[in-house]
Amino acid sequence: MNDKFEPKILGILCNWCSYAGADLAGTSRLRYPANIRIVKVMCSGRVEPTLILKAFQEGADGVLISGCHPGDCHYVDGNIKTLRRTPLVARLLTQIGIEPERFKQVWVSASEGERFGKIVEQMVEDIKKVGPYQKKMGDQLDVVMDEVAASAKEAAAAAEEKGGLNCGS
Amino acid sequence: MSDHKIGVYVCHCGSNINGVVNCAKVTEEIGKLGEVVVAKDYKYMCSDPGQEMIKNDIREKGLDRVVVAACSPRMHEPTFRRALEGAGLNGYLLEMANIREHVSWVTKDKEEATKKALSLVKGAVKRVKLHEPIEEREVPVTNTTLVLGGGISGIQAALQVAEAGHKVYLIEQKQYIGGNMAKFDKTFPTLDCAACILTPKMVDVGQSPNIELYTSSEVIKVDGYVGNFTVTVREKPRYINHDKCTGCGDCASACIMKNRIPHEFDEGLSKRSAAYIPFPQAVPLKAVIDDENCLLLTRKKCTLACVKACGAKAINFNQHETIHEFKVGSIILATGFDLFDAKRSPQYGYGKYPNVINGLQFERMTNASGPTSGHITLADGTEPKSVAVIHCVGSRDENYNKYCSRVCCMSSVKFAHLVKDHCDAEVYEFYIDMRTFGKGYEEFYNRVQEEGVHFIRGKGAEVAQKDGRLVVKAEDTLLGQYREIPVDMVILNTALEPRVDAEKVAQTLGISRSGDGFFMESHIKLDPVTTTTDGIYLAGCCQSPKDIPDSVAQGSAAAAQSLAIIATGKVKISPISASIDSEQCAGCQICIGLCTYRAIKLNEETLRAEINEAVCKGCGTCAAGCPSGAIKVSHFNDDQLLAQIEGVLA
Repeated sequence: MNDKFEPKILGILCNWCSYAGADLAGTSRLRYPANIRIVKVMCSGRVEPTLILKAFQEGADGVLISGCHPGDCHYVDGNIKTLRRTPLVARLLTQIGIEPERFKQVWVSASEGERFGKIVEQMVEDIKKVGPYQKKMGDQLDVVMDEVAASAKEAAAAAEEKGGLNCGS
Repeated sequence: MSDHKIGVYVCHCGSNINGVVNCAKVTEEIGKLGEVVVAKDYKYMCSDPGQEMIKNDIREKGLDRVVVAACSPRMHEPTFRRALEGAGLNGYLLEMANIREHVSWVTKDKEEATKKALSLVKGAVKRVKLHEPIEEREVPVTNTTLVLGGGISGIQAALQVAEAGHKVYLIEQKQYIGGNMAKFDKTFPTLDCAACILTPKMVDVGQSPNIELYTSSEVIKVDGYVGNFTVTVREKPRYINHDKCTGCGDCASACIMKNRIPHEFDEGLSKRSAAYIPFPQAVPLKAVIDDENCLLLTRKKCTLACVKACGAKAINFNQHETIHEFKVGSIILATGFDLFDAKRSPQYGYGKYPNVINGLQFERMTNASGPTSGHITLADGTEPKSVAVIHCVGSRDENYNKYCSRVCCMSSVKFAHLVKDHCDAEVYEFYIDMRTFGKGYEEFYNRVQEEGVHFIRGKGAEVAQKDGRLVVKAEDTLLGQYREIPVDMVILNTALEPRVDAEKVAQTLGISRSGDGFFMESHIKLDPVTTTTDGIYLAGCCQSPKDIPDSVAQGSAAAAQSLAIIATGKVKISPISASIDSEQCAGCQICIGLCTYRAIKLNEETLRAEINEAVCKGCGTCAAGCPSGAIKVSHFNDDQLLAQIEGVLA
């Protein structure tokens, strides 16, 4: 493995717990690897798979999603929706050839600055073992992304014809 | 789309950022990006000249988007939004890149830090291009306040809000108000008697026309947002008709369980009946029937002596719990603390040796209205000839709580004085460090030293029994010597801990707790009263251990916060909300099931989903689940997030 390889990780953090936890790591002057780039969302429940796929498409070597601990969600149970979505996303990523080490979903509270730093450290270490995310996968991802977009449009059009479809029934 | 005019401002934050991140280089690189017409770095962007610089550029160079790379947006986003608005630009046309908390403070390598900062700023530039102006929503404020917890800080907060002429609902879990302070005897450093200074305030609460007091009650649900909370409270039955009860105590004397149940208020040092008056100065001064010990309520079998004894016919065994719903503008949390259970430190023999007691038990013992009528006595009824006070039991201890409980040093010194005052026994204080931080505290410590108390620097390691006497073992770190000191009584000054239900309360109210388990403030130094949830404030020991002066001060501060929003009559609430493009919506209704707030409904005519923006909180969970991509969350829409991701990874 290339020793100089420094993975690029995208972190998508909820505003209330995890982003504040990452801030606390800062105010406590805890050092952790500079490999992570943090993007804030209001709730981890906002993180749709497209954002994760986009990150890999843009050359990320890993994606970290973090929200409030179950029970502590600012929006009652947005994080429970994250929890339910995570295994599906993980499976989708494995199917398109993205190693499991590259996707991690965790809970970090506003008081867990130290934990946040350790999670990043661990993830960097894990990804260093699997190596850089092959850019050639990016082409395949583009296809996946296009397909996702196209099928959404198709579904919308089909629904339009029927005058609305009800998935609940 | 026409080109934007973006201004990028990189803050040095003195050396906080610039000491690690090469701000000049970041500024130079960013200046090369398209649509960036101004890129500047400056020592303190949040200072007046810093803000003026942004405002001038907006006016003179016609900037329509601004990026500030500085500290966390949690710190100064409102500051810079105001700056934009001051120059006539909508505050939401700002994006901040967090290059302090997320970069300079966590990175050692300067080159890596500069690289990371540059990517974050690039992300911000890409994102801000897609920002749209958003008008902040203003909502009216309900001018009532709910105070949760009737200890000294809750009482203080409730009285201050009530004195300003506004309605307060004071909710207390116990059957009386006064909290832990009501149990104390004297208070340091002035030796005021706790009851003398607290009782008038408790009476004021009972008599204030603006305070509705609910004892034996707890909050079970909180809905809504700042200015407009709906709080559901469960009031447990007391089995006593409050309007009729005169507080005479005849029921207590008649109860056949008399002198059989350990009395909580006396910390188990006395026994009470199942029907009882909590303590002589209780507010409300009404009897209560304990449903865990009352024979009628537990075994459905009793002679009903209490009913026969009650002249006022106030006893009613048919009472049920009552659910109340209150509309309030703000909530003040003053739920206090629990005392560390000394049994968790078995080396001190608490619960094993009858003459090892905790601080609160000692308070009850020295209290004139306590179980021993103010006499310090051993289990056999005699006076002790020597007493040891052990500090930091459960505090400053890796095994239990790392923090210092702040009040124990001073209360230990007070205990020493009281022992000297009551029975002139020898007193040995075992301390790690003496912390006498408050007004008049060091002076009080000096006074007690002169009274002949032995201060031994060394944590009491163990309490054992030898030849029928207690022995405290400790290493005297000043003498560098191991010592064993025989005593008759040991007082364990135990830690103040987060309440056992703190987690549940935090979840019910949607607030955070810090690592030590106490409720978390917005900013430990500059905002110790507010929580991260607007409209919910903290007072007293539920935030961290505090002495009485600090609890009172924080109670007043929380009241001021609550009165401030009542005074303005309206509050700004987050304008971030979701909306549905009915053209794209397929009517699949997946979003409806995802929304916790039931803000989404299907329009029966168009068969498209619609969002009630007044109810929507803007979490965006619906948008993430929408298969058609029809839902847009303002300020967090797909395009903005995707652009930012593209930027930070570039």
